Amino acid sequence: MRLDQRLIADMIRPRSRVLDVGSGDGALIDHLYRNRQCDARGIEIDMGEVTRSVAHGLPVMHGDADHDLSYYPDDSFDYVVLQRTLQAVERPREVLRQMLRIGRHAIVSFPNFGHWRLRLQLLTTGRMPMTPVWHTQWYETPNIHPCTIRDFLALCEAEGYVVDQWLAIDEVGDRAPWRRSIRLANLFGEQALFLLRRA
Amino acid sequence: MMSVLYDNLATRDGVVTLPEGLALDCGQHIAPLDIACRTYGTLSPAKDNAILVCHALTGDQYLAEPHPLTGKPGWWSRMVGPGLPIDTDRFFVICSNVLGGCMGSTGPCSISPKGERWGTEFPPITIRDMVRAQALLLDHFGIERLFAAIGGSMGGMLVLEWVATYPERVFAAMAVATAPYHSAQNIAFNEVSRQAIYADPDWHGGRYWAHDVVPARGLAVARMMAHITYLSEEALTRKFGRRVRRDPKAAAGSTAGGVIGTASLFGEMFEVESYLRHQGSSFVNRFDANSYLTITRALDYFDLSADHDGDLAAPFVGVKTRFCVVSFSSDWLFPTSQSRAMARALNRAGVNVSFVEIESDRGHDSFLLDEPDFDRTMRGFVNGAAEHAGLRRGGRG
Repeated sequence: MRLDQRLIADMIRPRSRVLDVGSGDGALIDHLYRNRQCDARGIEIDMGEVTRSVAHGLPVMHGDADHDLSYYPDDSFDYVVLQRTLQAVERPREVLRQMLRIGRHAIVSFPNFGHWRLRLQLLTTGRMPMTPVWHTQWYETPNIHPCTIRDFLALCEAEGYVVDQWLAIDEVGDRAPWRRSIRLANLFGEQALFLLRRA
Repeated sequence: MMSVLYDNLATRDGVVTLPEGLALDCGQHIAPLDIACRTYGTLSPAKDNAILVCHALTGDQYLAEPHPLTGKPGWWSRMVGPGLPIDTDRFFVICSNVLGGCMGSTGPCSISPKGERWGTEFPPITIRDMVRAQALLLDHFGIERLFAAIGGSMGGMLVLEWVATYPERVFAAMAVATAPYHSAQNIAFNEVSRQAIYADPDWHGGRYWAHDVVPARGLAVARMMAHITYLSEEALTRKFGRRVRRDPKAAAGSTAGGVIGTASLFGEMFEVESYLRHQGSSFVNRFDANSYLTITRALDYFDLSADHDGDLAAPFVGVKTRFCVVSFSSDWLFPTSQSRAMARALNRAGVNVSFVEIESDRGHDSFLLDEPDFDRTMRGFVNGAAEHAGLRRGGRG
């Protein structure tokens, strides 16, 4: 399991109900079931990953964040998790609304477009930045809605979400030491991780 | 190869007779009720390892052993057996011929209270009636709760109906290549099948047995037409293409032979014609026309949401059963869209559901064929559910 998935797991109370949107190989829901006794389920867009997950006995549904969250009843989960996917969905604001409709908490991670290396590349080369995190050409990238940490906080404020916890993390998922200052985190954090709830 | 252990369950030739009978949805009471079943593996002392496998329209209880009439392997012998995805070293697997069937369970071939075959007088039955009959069988075995109910096509409908009718009696449910209702297209195909049977001069108003004939041509045409719906264009093209072969009947100078008449051009026939004729003529040796009519009617009337103002989630609200819904990408008879709608309805009801579409170009029949991804899905879902049910791994009970 990736380091940032461990950070996510640490945010989740044992024995809670969890929906992992974009569950991939199912590592997080498997961990939450085995080690935190959670009722953890997944949604995954890649059918190969869905088949592999179900073949490992994990409850995973083929679907995606944009089209399938609306089918869950209000308050069906304690936590709804969206890992490194918000920038790739069609309607990020609607996805967040759905997450906080069906879940009491939302845990969202995304790559931070405000990182200094991206800013510097755009400034110095005048071309779309290419970094280990943002490594796909603009015409091929699935990341159609990049945002910075400050952009995301502004959206949370506009939508009335309470940020219970936030972390800036580096690409391998380790916690970065910018916990005090959002401006520094927005400059030096490669990934961001938020724990939100309804106001 | 398979050890068949049913004698210890006080059954006679695999037929359980329940004298109290069954009250049907139509209001009639049918008694006694015979249920023909086969079992595989051993029921644990706690009776907590039972899996009910539900067969499709023209399937039967010969799940994992050679069929007594055709000599062919059981219809899911590649899925059910020692060490297979539905592991009979671990689970007690039950498969029963549905109510209305013709392989030993009460149906149109059975003798009615009038002392002759039911024939077309057999009461109209529903998928729920079939499920209630299976529930009586489980009562007979002393099985309070199934570990799992698994089935494809019509068998998948029985699985869905099982959970809707007896949610507390099913721990895990796998519905494969199925739908929560019969669509207009499904009904349309069934109607063509039925009309083919009625059109056969040997039909005799359904009392063909009194004339010592069977409506073989009609039933064979029904099967041929239905068989096309079980395949896909890709599968037919790959298997047969436009290849032709000599028509043996034309070569012999005959114009109509066997069950189905021939009409060949230049003494040749397409291989796909030959294949379908074989499918049709072998089917009539093992299936009864009145059963076909009775069961297709039951299928056509199946609609899980009918009692709930069209709300498919309603029958499943509060249900604790772990679900797995599986479709096949090239299945146009029960397309993925219907399985997805079912899975989404289960989500609306808050049910724990997995949903997988298996990539296959072999159409509806994929669930009966060698599809490694499907086998893995089955094994994983069953074993994962067993872990959640607290069943001991590998052991018997």
